[in-house]
Amino acid sequence: MFATWIVVVASLAYLGVLFVIAHYGDRRADRGRSVISNGYVYALSLAVYATSWTFYGSVGRAASTGVGFLPIYLGATIMAALWWLVLRKIIRISRRNRITSLADFVSSRYGKSSFLGGLVTVIAVIGIVPYIALQLKAISITFSILRGPAELMTAAAVPGVPVLQDTALYAALLLAAFTIVFGTRHLDASERHEGMVAAIAFESLVKLVTFLAVGCYVTFVLFNGFDDLFGQAASRADLSHLFTHGDNYGEWLWLVVLSMLALLLLPRQWQVGVVENVDERHIKKAMWLFPLYLLLINIFVLPIAVAGLLTFGKGANVDAFVLTLPLVNEQPGLALLVFIGGLSAATGMVIVETIALSTMVSNSIVVPMLLRSGDAMTSRSDLGSVILGVRRVTIVLVLLLGFVYFRLAGDALALVSIGLISFAAVAQFAPAILGGLFWKGANRRGAIGGLIAGFVLWAYTLPLPSLAEAGLLPVSFVEEGPFGARILAPYALFGLDGLDRISHSMTWSMLANIGIFVGLSLTGSRSPAEHVQAAEFVDVLRRPTDGAHATFWRGTATVGELQTLLERFVGPDRARQSLASYAAGTGIDISAGSDADADLVHHVETLLSGAVGSASARFMVASVVDEDPLAVSEVMDILDETSQVLAYSRALEQKSRELEAATERLQEANARLQELDRLKDDFVSTMSHELRTPLTSIRSFSEILLDNPDLDVAERQGFMGTIVAEAERLTRLINQVLDLSKLESGSTDWYLEPIDLRQVLATSAQATAQLFRDKDVALDLDLPARVPMVEADRDRVVQVVVNLLSNAVKFSEPGVGRVSLGLEAGDGTVRVDVTDNGPGIAVEDHQVIFEKFRQGGDTHRNRPKGTGLGLSISREIVGHLGGQIWVESTPGDGAKFSFTLPMAIIDAVGSSTVGAETEG
Amino acid sequence: MPRKVLIVDDEPNIVTSLTFLMKKSGFETSVARDGDDALTEVERFGPDLVLLDVMMPKRDGFEVCQKLRAAGHTELKIILLTAKGRETEVAKGLAIGADAYVTKPFSTRELVELVNRLMAGS
Repeated sequence: MFATWIVVVASLAYLGVLFVIAHYGDRRADRGRSVISNGYVYALSLAVYATSWTFYGSVGRAASTGVGFLPIYLGATIMAALWWLVLRKIIRISRRNRITSLADFVSSRYGKSSFLGGLVTVIAVIGIVPYIALQLKAISITFSILRGPAELMTAAAVPGVPVLQDTALYAALLLAAFTIVFGTRHLDASERHEGMVAAIAFESLVKLVTFLAVGCYVTFVLFNGFDDLFGQAASRADLSHLFTHGDNYGEWLWLVVLSMLALLLLPRQWQVGVVENVDERHIKKAMWLFPLYLLLINIFVLPIAVAGLLTFGKGANVDAFVLTLPLVNEQPGLALLVFIGGLSAATGMVIVETIALSTMVSNSIVVPMLLRSGDAMTSRSDLGSVILGVRRVTIVLVLLLGFVYFRLAGDALALVSIGLISFAAVAQFAPAILGGLFWKGANRRGAIGGLIAGFVLWAYTLPLPSLAEAGLLPVSFVEEGPFGARILAPYALFGLDGLDRISHSMTWSMLANIGIFVGLSLTGSRSPAEHVQAAEFVDVLRRPTDGAHATFWRGTATVGELQTLLERFVGPDRARQSLASYAAGTGIDISAGSDADADLVHHVETLLSGAVGSASARFMVASVVDEDPLAVSEVMDILDETSQVLAYSRALEQKSRELEAATERLQEANARLQELDRLKDDFVSTMSHELRTPLTSIRSFSEILLDNPDLDVAERQGFMGTIVAEAERLTRLINQVLDLSKLESGSTDWYLEPIDLRQVLATSAQATAQLFRDKDVALDLDLPARVPMVEADRDRVVQVVVNLLSNAVKFSEPGVGRVSLGLEAGDGTVRVDVTDNGPGIAVEDHQVIFEKFRQGGDTHRNRPKGTGLGLSISREIVGHLGGQIWVESTPGDGAKFSFTLPMAIIDAVGSSTVGAETEG
Repeated sequence: MPRKVLIVDDEPNIVTSLTFLMKKSGFETSVARDGDDALTEVERFGPDLVLLDVMMPKRDGFEVCQKLRAAGHTELKIILLTAKGRETEVAKGLAIGADAYVTKPFSTRELVELVNRLMAGS
């Protein structure tokens, strides 16, 4: 229908547009003004998930199984909902460890094992080849249909052509060239390809728009909307089954699971989702945009399938309905648009997939091999260009492998069936990656064992029989098993019959993969490196987003050695630049001869990881530095420390709060100390005053007597009497100060015994009788007949009562003064009251009078002559004996001093009291 | 006409000794027992010099000194007597306008000499 040149020019023009977009994206990225740094571009780039499979294959699938095309998108939608949990964690880990591919991720997780990296790469390449073949097949078929004779439109399949005339070959080579041009321009440590991502996002738009265009055309132009289409189909007995999914729940379930895993584990999804991710927050937008994209691109799948069936019948090439419907209806423009849409779906997939695979092949297979052989380390060649070369060759080889598979097996299978084989292959990574992401116990042996077992079973049950069906192996191999061993028949392994091929393969491969992965992980041990990486991966979201790696390295290296190493992989300029910025950020000396610290070694290793993969980076760093291997126990210690550091940073906040509280307490304590200091000062000052006052009189009168020998006798006697009285006052004061100091410091000896307070009061009254007589004050003893014994020091209690009686006398008016002494048993205590009818004490002084040198009353006339220590001493004594002392008084109406003492034990239980008969 | 000395202290024995010493030196004396008394006695008695105890009930010596200076008694000689021998108090006393500051217990001869010197200066 179309001349070949038109189709070729249209295709080339489209690729040209892509190239311009990619180039623009790269230029912007180089200038630091990224065009892809937003959630919309990220979501669109993730839509690289929709390939030719979606564009052509879904319609084909829908034409044969109806809604059976759906689980592939249901699964993807479910996984998109889990992205925040899973994808974000993977991105965080990859960013921190400069992991740039899926293989490197697995390798890094299991102790930077280069074997695992290689294994994953091999599985990925082999597993993806059918998928590449699918794209080539789609391009090839649609190209043929577009330019071929009209019969092709309705034919069941496009007939084969010689290899050199096969469009797929040239498509493969063209795509390889295109991918090489904007996928391997230079070696970047981050493996980011902004231009490519921009182009892929654009391609996603083209896919969607063209598919919606043809969908609308078919549904609303060829038919009268959905009702018309589905109505016509439902009325046909052979088509109505398309709208129910039958009872193959097992297949549905497996397809959902497969597509969930594929959305995460396909190398191209990993590339755009993880490696090319600019900002974790874009995931949030993609989580709803991506499912929306899938919904939109699927709306017209069933209508187009139904329309195709209604138009062409069941014998037609169902995968090509999207293209053939516009064609038979004489819409060449729309058909060409559809072809471009399909081309964009295919090229997007191929470009990203081969770039991802080429990174894996170069970093996880070729570089480690070069390093092990020793050539790379000794030759002076620029390894950077070697790596780029490896990648370019890989891209060509992968595409050619895809072409070979397409030539061998492509004709026998529908697009979707081919794609599912690849899905099943990458699903084998799930136990190692998801297990390693959430389970620290997962170990290297488990990952290797599970991967190999899963891969072998996958290969045996899916691609191998597909090759047999294509005629490469005897058909009997499929039907009767190898050598007639029916039990090993690849589609009915161990007699498991009756399942569709995908469910059958997944059942066995996953059973073996997970079983061995878990089994070996549980039974085996882990190396120090695995311990480190397991903690780094599983706990990544709990770690700070930047910096703060635990340092698991011990050894010696110079900065110069590291710089040389770095130069060979990233070039001298980038190496210098990188080290300089590291030095600027950390303040570390990076002159060539200085010793590199563990952080710098880690930094260099991380940089190298970006260029050659983590296992190789580890190997190279180890080769230039003298390392002391760390034992498991040491690693565990460091890990412990790391978690302690984490806990510490949380604890820091707590600490700073505690610090504030402590500061506050300190300030309070300081204020209290200052208060105590002031009190001490006051005390010293008061003591000084109390001592100096009598001394002043003594000195003055002594000097007067000395200087005036001619004083008359009366005056002389008076002065000398004053000297004596003041000397006594001084003595009393000193005694009391010492007494109080002893009481306060607790160095007093106490003679505790049960004593009868009536005797104590009598003794005290006798001791003060002279005072009362001298001042003509009356003393009443009002003692009860019986009173419980108290546990106390007799002399000390006498001292208290005497002090209270002396005070009472001092404040009593001669002649009218009357003091009474009372005694009363209370609840477990006995109370002594000393009541006078003196001037009383103001309420505000009721506490003050018990303090040192503080006397009640303010006026000179009321001021008693005393040391001001008597009540303080009394309070100390009573307090020590377990009682209380206080005063009740109304000014002008006398005062009542009371104190209590606890009853002796025997009296506290009420068995004994001292009777009146003991008195005397 | 004899010069007048007002003795302000709440310790009777100290008042007795100071009165003896001042009279012996030829001064006319009067006594006040607290700060309030001191202020009224200055107005009534009109002393040339006040021997003023610091630690007293009601107004202390510092306050009395301040009030006297504020009331215009600039020519009046004031000697503060204190039993609290702290440096800061000496400085404070001189700062508020006392002419001299004597710490108890004092030498009677030195005190009499100080009083005579101040009287001669006025």
